[in-house]
Amino acid sequence: MFYSCQTAESVQRDAYYVNGRDLYIKHCQNCHGEKGEGLGELTPPLTDSVFMKNNKTRLACIIKNGLSGPVTIHGKVYEGKMPDFNMASIDIAQLTVYITNGFGHKQGMYSSEQVAKDLKQCR
Amino acid sequence: MKYYFPVPTTFILAAILFLCSCKGERKLPIYGLRDTKTVKNSDGTTSVDTVYQTIPAFKLLNQDSTYITNDNFKGKVYIADFFFTSCTSICPIMHRNMKKIFEDFKDNPDLMFLSHTIDFKYDTPAVLKKYAQKLGVDGPKWQFAYGAKDTVYTLATKSYLVSVEQDNNDKQGYVHQGYLVLIDKHKRIRGAYDGTNPEQVAQLEKDIPVLLAEEKN
Repeated sequence: MFYSCQTAESVQRDAYYVNGRDLYIKHCQNCHGEKGEGLGELTPPLTDSVFMKNNKTRLACIIKNGLSGPVTIHGKVYEGKMPDFNMASIDIAQLTVYITNGFGHKQGMYSSEQVAKDLKQCR
Repeated sequence: MKYYFPVPTTFILAAILFLCSCKGERKLPIYGLRDTKTVKNSDGTTSVDTVYQTIPAFKLLNQDSTYITNDNFKGKVYIADFFFTSCTSICPIMHRNMKKIFEDFKDNPDLMFLSHTIDFKYDTPAVLKKYAQKLGVDGPKWQFAYGAKDTVYTLATKSYLVSVEQDNNDKQGYVHQGYLVLIDKHKRIRGAYDGTNPEQVAQLEKDIPVLLAEEKN
């Protein structure tokens, strides 16, 4: 009954969100925290909506290849190194849907086709 | 003649019994191997004393590149653990939890923290310093210790009873247990808590005041 009120896209997005949450707990939560709060100045929080929005197409590359070099989150510079997570495109898509719709963000759907496209642009 | 307690007396007796049974102070167990020694009493008789396992003397470099020894922890209760700065699996969880305890007991000078790195190749005092600053706990209350592989690994496995090893098959190169080990004023192990398990960390938070109170006597 409730499902009939939802579009096919939002059903898929919710499914991605739920799976993405499991992936987050498994791979990311150790450092980034349960609420995406980060850890001191060692790990940046994931709660900077401006950063998330501006770097949406870069997130897949960061997850896949890791990150070294400074990033500015909430106006603060973080210099640590993030390890690479060699995940399948579908996993990256689900994880990205979770981190860009949880923690106070609302960026909507992100498909594995989009992941493949964004990964080609990795610097 | 029949003797009986009037009702109020019975009630008071029961209340006293009840209160006594609840008053029993909680005491933390003493872990590790035990030995005995025979001691001579002043009156010429002999009796047997228990010798508990203690943390042996150590000398390690801290995050400020100065040596720390047992003397830095003299008369203190402290929490010890083993980690390495580039670890992304259990260490961030352990230190997230330890940091919370650190904040909660910030103003209590009787509690200290001692984190040993097991990455003897990369985690030099300078790296530890940066880590402590970034974690936001740099200061004398929380010491980060660096030492030769043998020294630290022996200390971990033989004294603090925490398993650590180098493992070249592991992506990060080291395998270790995430115990937070509670040490008392007399260098004895009084508890070991899985630093990644919220329930055990909560238990540690409850046990610290018990141990601190005991040490005051």
